Amino acid sequence: MLGQNQGVSSPSNTPLSANRPIHIEDRSQQTVHHTTCYMCACRCGINVTTEQIEGKTSVRFIQGNPNHIVNQGVLCAKGSAGIMKQNSPAKLQQPMIRRPGSERGEGVFDPISWDDALDLVTQRLEHIRATDPKRLAFYTGRDQMQALTGLWAQQFGTPNWAAHGGFCSVNMAAAGLYSIGYSFWEFGAPDWDRAKYFMLWGVAEDHSSNPIKIGLDKLKSRGAKFVSVNPVRTGYSAIADEWIPIRPGTDGLFALAIVHELLKADAIDHTYLAKYTNAPWLVIDAPGTSQDGLFLRDDKGLPLVFDQNTNSFATMKKGVAPALDWSGAHPPPPGGEGLGERDSAPINASSDRTPSPQPSPPGGGSQRVRTVLHLIRNRYLSDDYAPEAVAAQCGVPTEQIIRIAAEVAHVAFKETITLPVKWTDIYGNQHDEVVGRPVAFYAMRGISAHANGFQTCRSLHLIQMLIGALDGPGNFRSKAPFPRPIPPAQLPENDAGLINAPNTALSKTPLGFPTRPEELALDANGNALRLDKAYSWEAPIAAHGMMHAVIKNAVEGDPYSIDTLILFMANMAWNSAMNTNETQDMLRAKSASGDYKIPFLIVSDAFDSEMVRFADLVLPDTTYLERYDAISFLDRPISEPDAAADAIRHPIVPLDRDVRPWQDVLVELAGRLKFPAFVKPDGEKKFAGYTDFIVNYERAPGIGFLGGFRGKDGEKSLRGEPNPNQWKAYIGAQSFFAHHWPENQQWMRCVNQDYLNAAAEAAFIPKTEGIIAQLYSEPLQKFRLAGQGLYAGPKPTREVDKARLTEYFDPLPSWYAVDAAPLPPGGRGWGRGTSATDTATNGQHPLPNPPPQGEGTHYPLHAITQRPMMMYHSWDSQNAWLRQIISQNYLYVATSKAAELGLNDLDWVWVESAHGKIRCQMKTMSGVEANTVWTWNAIGKMATAWGLDKEASEATTGFLLNHLISESTRASTGERMSNSDPITGQAAWYDLRVRIYKANETGVWPKIEFGKAR
Amino acid sequence: MKLGLAIDLDTCVGCHACAVACKEWNGKSLMGGAPDYDPYGSAPSGTWYNRIRQYELDGDPSFTPQGCGSTHQPLSKTINVPMSCMHCEEAHCVTVCPTGASYKRAEDGIVLVDPDRCMGCNYCSWACPYGARELDADQGVMKKCTLCVDRIYDQQLPESERQPACVLACPTHARHFGDYDDPASKVSQLAAARGRQDMLGDLGYKPVNAYLSPRKPAQVEAVALRQGLSDKAKAFVNRLISL
Repeated sequence: MLGQNQGVSSPSNTPLSANRPIHIEDRSQQTVHHTTCYMCACRCGINVTTEQIEGKTSVRFIQGNPNHIVNQGVLCAKGSAGIMKQNSPAKLQQPMIRRPGSERGEGVFDPISWDDALDLVTQRLEHIRATDPKRLAFYTGRDQMQALTGLWAQQFGTPNWAAHGGFCSVNMAAAGLYSIGYSFWEFGAPDWDRAKYFMLWGVAEDHSSNPIKIGLDKLKSRGAKFVSVNPVRTGYSAIADEWIPIRPGTDGLFALAIVHELLKADAIDHTYLAKYTNAPWLVIDAPGTSQDGLFLRDDKGLPLVFDQNTNSFATMKKGVAPALDWSGAHPPPPGGEGLGERDSAPINASSDRTPSPQPSPPGGGSQRVRTVLHLIRNRYLSDDYAPEAVAAQCGVPTEQIIRIAAEVAHVAFKETITLPVKWTDIYGNQHDEVVGRPVAFYAMRGISAHANGFQTCRSLHLIQMLIGALDGPGNFRSKAPFPRPIPPAQLPENDAGLINAPNTALSKTPLGFPTRPEELALDANGNALRLDKAYSWEAPIAAHGMMHAVIKNAVEGDPYSIDTLILFMANMAWNSAMNTNETQDMLRAKSASGDYKIPFLIVSDAFDSEMVRFADLVLPDTTYLERYDAISFLDRPISEPDAAADAIRHPIVPLDRDVRPWQDVLVELAGRLKFPAFVKPDGEKKFAGYTDFIVNYERAPGIGFLGGFRGKDGEKSLRGEPNPNQWKAYIGAQSFFAHHWPENQQWMRCVNQDYLNAAAEAAFIPKTEGIIAQLYSEPLQKFRLAGQGLYAGPKPTREVDKARLTEYFDPLPSWYAVDAAPLPPGGRGWGRGTSATDTATNGQHPLPNPPPQGEGTHYPLHAITQRPMMMYHSWDSQNAWLRQIISQNYLYVATSKAAELGLNDLDWVWVESAHGKIRCQMKTMSGVEANTVWTWNAIGKMATAWGLDKEASEATTGFLLNHLISESTRASTGERMSNSDPITGQAAWYDLRVRIYKANETGVWPKIEFGKAR
Repeated sequence: MKLGLAIDLDTCVGCHACAVACKEWNGKSLMGGAPDYDPYGSAPSGTWYNRIRQYELDGDPSFTPQGCGSTHQPLSKTINVPMSCMHCEEAHCVTVCPTGASYKRAEDGIVLVDPDRCMGCNYCSWACPYGARELDADQGVMKKCTLCVDRIYDQQLPESERQPACVLACPTHARHFGDYDDPASKVSQLAAARGRQDMLGDLGYKPVNAYLSPRKPAQVEAVALRQGLSDKAKAFVNRLISL
């Protein structure tokens, strides 16, 4: 490489040493471009230096853009390694069709022209659309274009669309959006500049790559305390001030023990709770009736509180002084006496377990009502949640739980930050300062990937709400377009008539946020309308869909079979699939007639993944340096707390092969198939291509994909008519746009009148209306009532659904044990955890016993994966530099556990779950919870995929844990369920339990090869 | 001048950003060259000027506040240590070089290899206790950290970018570059404030690069919530909070 540039001697003013010159880079043939990284989901600004060598453009250098709001100049290992993604030999070269006579999965293809390929797809999709549109399923992986793909699916008329959130982050997203109006990961961020206490829960070095790293440095420089709750001490946890090696899946129990301690000391923010949460809302206590556990509302449907100023019931409005802990009757009994208990008596640890009052007789009389905070105090003050009671199960000592709770309370209330910022709340009160409880939380996959992840994440939000540590100085701040109403005002399409109607677009996108059973996507018989069974009784608030259920369901014809499956950038034949081996069998499975059970499989990707080899038709995509992308406000923009921001990519390296941007292909197909939003009244195509679509498509007047440089001359921000020069304006502005919020709109945005006005104008929210944090979730209670057979609307008929709804749809954050139940042999109970008999309002919540220890436990160890920081989300090109850092993974075992089991470093071991077994090589380490084993995710590859040699270490020594995880579980009543969170359908990757023992053989097992069915 | 790095082990998360940025810059720079060997094969390797090592410190209670959990939890602290040329004041690698290819610049102390004089004998790499030198097998020439000498003196770059690639990239700002001869420089100040640590200082090579030790864990002196309350919950009083 040396000498590739024409070297120049150092300028005369640079130092020389012994006449040995310094050769400075020749920049005469170089150009610097500003664009947005795509090596992971962090979306940093990058400056890409290209150079012309013999007429060819090549990338010389990629560095962080110092002006960018996300990464502020820094760049991670992946970002710098983007050059080798561009140079990857795994890049697909042209469209390909499975060779006639070859079998699916052999990976034997013939080239096909784009014209022929698009004709083939058009013909097939036209037929599906004209007959039964839901027979097309379209699922996408780690793309950042869901606003377009969702619109495309809606216009096609199929409900069977989702991205990969169902096996990634939906528990985090849904828990936040049903509780606080924004969420961990995309839609919020810690206040790195001011937080004094930071708890990082279950983050496996995955998301928000550079902002977290920049932030951790800020915290440590200021002497703020950083607590990491994580079974493994790698990555961020390495530099934590305190590391809490929790047992996987018990974070929620730990969090609720903190709640117990806070409540016991009354270390909660009364003002915040009374004004900005539903803590004072009144919950009807009428067991056995359809009203049980619902909010007491006035005749306009507004929730009521008990006003201490007037001693009467009132809605939340200026002047009202809501009682936080109150119970009584509504309407008050005659005489006015005994309206309620204004101050509840001190509650002993296990008191107040008296049975609920009898419900009012139907047709009249008064109802017993209790505030949300009353229920919360009753619930979590119970000894069941005492640190002493949960310590053993969490693997966190009692004294440590007590101390952490005290530290949280101390920082929240004794180290409060006030900023002299004027703002106006939703009640019309003007404030001269904003108060911050400087305790910041952040959480991700370690919380999300358990079947109790939704409720666990709700438990974290419960702490934040109780101490008022939301969107204030020093705590967890929101990022535009969030906060949104709780939950966001977007319902999933559930009109069976529309879904089944030929050549008809759906009325809304397929995904949304149901608030009650009527909004599930069910047919007249109560069966799932969607192939993945999202929004069925099995996963009622599966807000991101359930991609991990698609292949199995399609092959089983459960709930129905399909014709064509389109997968974009999703490696469902390998590391993104549970039960990988059998998933490959499913993709190859044929019916008695000899046809594949999934008749046609279209895969679009830029690189030669395992999934590509299983395609019938491959539509090759471009790289992130070769195409236009919009990182949109309609999807997941790059906002930071102080600024609403979006970004673009634009072509920097010219295309050198016969591939097309997938987004252009989608717009082209939309025109050919005559989707209403993509054609003019005369049937002509409305958009010339993707870039034209981005500029001119308007979801509402003035609202398009990109918020910057709108208006005819680019002078308008967030809302404005289309600007024909918008792309050019973005490129001129270093490929991003940022609207910096004025000071009075930077804090408390759920209840900040000026912010809410601005957000409504930008169409981030439907209208200016306060967003009241939901400690108690009425939507969950409605689903629970349905499970109990009490709901005045749709109800499940299967016992398994009734039981799951009753047990898991707790309107207050709850915890239950998780333990992946395998599909045969036998099955172990119908669900997860114990069959609690708890009802919403009886104030009790029995906890399951600790899991059995030692002898008699078949699978005593938890097995999880971590994401390598230097590779996460960048496996898709098998990067020449990054694989020099890691190209083989090991199973990491606690030193103490290895000694107990007689295992040593570099031993080959069998790892067995109830579902299957693998053989791999192990190493010991001390920084891991003793009952947990782990490995790096997705290092293992199939031989010859990804442009790697047949003998590449990823294929010969790398391995996946995926083989050990069943995609399904079996209820004791016989039904097959997906291996998922019962509330959101989130894939429960981390519930895996294993045993390990020394192998006599060496080498990785199983070894799976293309074209060789087992 | 005595140019060098200060590397903060308190904030290094072991993300390899510095190592890859280094490989990227120096892979094609006129002062560098960092080939890849078998990059898509069974044993991918290459020449790197900067590598991250990871260690676990076991049993040291100073990294677990209050010593809590000593019986339940492993006392373990993971430490990531980026390693590259220390630009030693007593650079043994220079002394042992039979051809004079390895040299230490008088004006700034940077240790470099003159590729025209290097014959790839590896003496220098055996002499280096830090494993900082790696042979470029394609050219048969020894390679090592140049402190991005071709960036820090490149007047075509804005001043803010006249820094080593690793320093610019580091997401936790754990790497700092400057002149240790200047007491006002950031590296001198950091070394003084945090107590510089020399890597293998006993060997006497006087490394210029400094390591900053992990800080003592931050602690919160909180009053116990349960003080005086035993296991009884504090009485709850509804306050008059008007909306």
